[in-house]
Amino acid sequence: MSDTLAPAAKQVRRGRRGKHGRPGRLRRGRVPRAPRSSRAASLWTDAWYDLRRRPLFIASAVLIGVLLTMALFPSLFTSVNPYDATTCQLAQARQGVSGAHWFGTDNLGCDVYARTVHGARNSIVVGLTATVVTALVGGLLGLLAGFTGGGLDTVLSRITEIFFAIPSILGALLILAVFRTGNVWTVILALSVLAWPMTYRIMRAAVITAKSQDYVVAARALGASAPRIMFRHILPNAVASVIVVATINLGGFIAAEAGLSFLGVGLRSPDISWGLMISDARERFLEAPGPLLFPALFLSLTVLAFIMLGDAVRDALDPKLR
Amino acid sequence: MGRYIIRRLIQAIPVLLGATLLIYAIVFALPGDPIAALAGEKRVNPNVVAVLREQYHLNDPFLVQYWHYLTGLFGGDFGTTFAGVPVTDIMAGKFQVTVNLAVTALVMEAVIGVGLGLYAALRHGRAQDSMVLAATLVLISIPVLVTGFVLQLLLGVRLRQAGIDLFPVAGVAEGWRSYLLPGFVLAGTSIAYLTRLTRNSLAEILRTDYIRTAVAKGLSRRRVVGRHALRNALIPLVTYLGADLGVLMGGAVITETIFNLPGIGQQLFSSVYLREQSVVVGIVTVLVLIYILANLVVDLLYAVLDPRIRYE
Repeated sequence: MSDTLAPAAKQVRRGRRGKHGRPGRLRRGRVPRAPRSSRAASLWTDAWYDLRRRPLFIASAVLIGVLLTMALFPSLFTSVNPYDATTCQLAQARQGVSGAHWFGTDNLGCDVYARTVHGARNSIVVGLTATVVTALVGGLLGLLAGFTGGGLDTVLSRITEIFFAIPSILGALLILAVFRTGNVWTVILALSVLAWPMTYRIMRAAVITAKSQDYVVAARALGASAPRIMFRHILPNAVASVIVVATINLGGFIAAEAGLSFLGVGLRSPDISWGLMISDARERFLEAPGPLLFPALFLSLTVLAFIMLGDAVRDALDPKLR
Repeated sequence: MGRYIIRRLIQAIPVLLGATLLIYAIVFALPGDPIAALAGEKRVNPNVVAVLREQYHLNDPFLVQYWHYLTGLFGGDFGTTFAGVPVTDIMAGKFQVTVNLAVTALVMEAVIGVGLGLYAALRHGRAQDSMVLAATLVLISIPVLVTGFVLQLLLGVRLRQAGIDLFPVAGVAEGWRSYLLPGFVLAGTSIAYLTRLTRNSLAEILRTDYIRTAVAKGLSRRRVVGRHALRNALIPLVTYLGADLGVLMGGAVITETIFNLPGIGQQLFSSVYLREQSVVVGIVTVLVLIYILANLVVDLLYAVLDPRIRYE
């Protein structure tokens, strides 16, 4: 199996281009998988073939598509600009759902719908950036440590043990308290600092497994350089598990941002964040639950979309876990 | 066994040192002056400030300060706050609340998670199984922030208004009942993960040869599932539960804020703003110790659950 997986990097490109799946393939679960003999049936084309047929993936992709549009072009969804304070009217505070205010108004008389729509951007920026940063930092360090072993591996692995022992929300709270102002970038920094050891550990384990495979021995016997072996042979085969964990973590980062903003150390007003909206609506929650429940609903749907995506990607990339 | 425990404890020392150093450094970098924070808006006699700074080693370089703290710590002394209160006194009451909350959450997690997982595994591939899986997906996706407020509104307030006074809305005044609702909220995500873990691990074991043999011997279903399958499925579950104790205690701050429970999360929050480094580092040190000990206990439990595993 491993030798057919080796040139997977090339087949990522192919897999994206090729529209046709494997001919004659029956539905999942009916027959055991045929041995992967042809080059076209790499892990990636197989995974993509699999993904496109999963209701879970389609549902999450649609939801994420809507959310991304909302993050990029919030004015498509609402004509009210919530960053403009003159749109809020204190006389109309805590109104119920109506034609003028779809989600009602909050304690300051601002339109909850417009604020909720505009809140999508910060959540998604934090989630995506923190995911990319942790996958890159943890992934690269894990690749280096797993491949070279020795002193670097020992030092890095001890450091990650320390990070694992520190509770992440409390750690993020402390890091954010160091900065006088909280914004998207400090939140991303705090989350990434605490989360990279997880991707490191997963990448390192995958690299150590891949390192002893025959195709790596063969590449080394052919005289391939260390960077070439690392990036052309080992990385494409070890990256799947990191992608899976990164996708699942994305939802967690979005939830963490909301939590930290709720606690008052994440984003601060006038920035708009779902966590901040929940925090602001908290005091009058029992008489006017709307301003709290609507951002909460969007937050939950966003996390749900990314976790569903993570589940679908894991099922497609790691058939063993089914 | 004894030697194994000692070796594990020695291995834990660098983790403990690294974690305390890291936290100490972060608190050191916090903006503001602790003595000024102590006095609030009032102007303080410069002589008093000088004495206090000397007493708490605030004029020393960072590493010297850390060394003072560390030597005290290994003598079992967590230090005092800038107001002179021993940190252990502050922590004792706060940890009591958080431990109560985390243990309530852990018990709920174990009972509901394993129960649901067992139910799903025994109906593997059927509609009930899919329903449990869908429920876990939803439970994983809803942040504590949302479940906390929604359940507080529905079960704490609306149910009370309807005349059923089961769950206190907030605070710890009503004994163990105060922890039921926050415990469930805190456990939410973990319940879902444990359900999936139980289901997957049991479903795999139920397909093995020795289970078929047990059924073929004519053993009752209860005995096959309980003694043969569940016991072998326990190892990953115990690992998860053990690691989760530390996660629950460290992650309790949002739940504590929603339900107004005076636990370590809230204490840490106020101590950070007062720059009480001894309290902040003390709390994190105890959490790291709990994490290390919980993992050790889990590793030792393996030998109990599976007699094939032995420690030299």
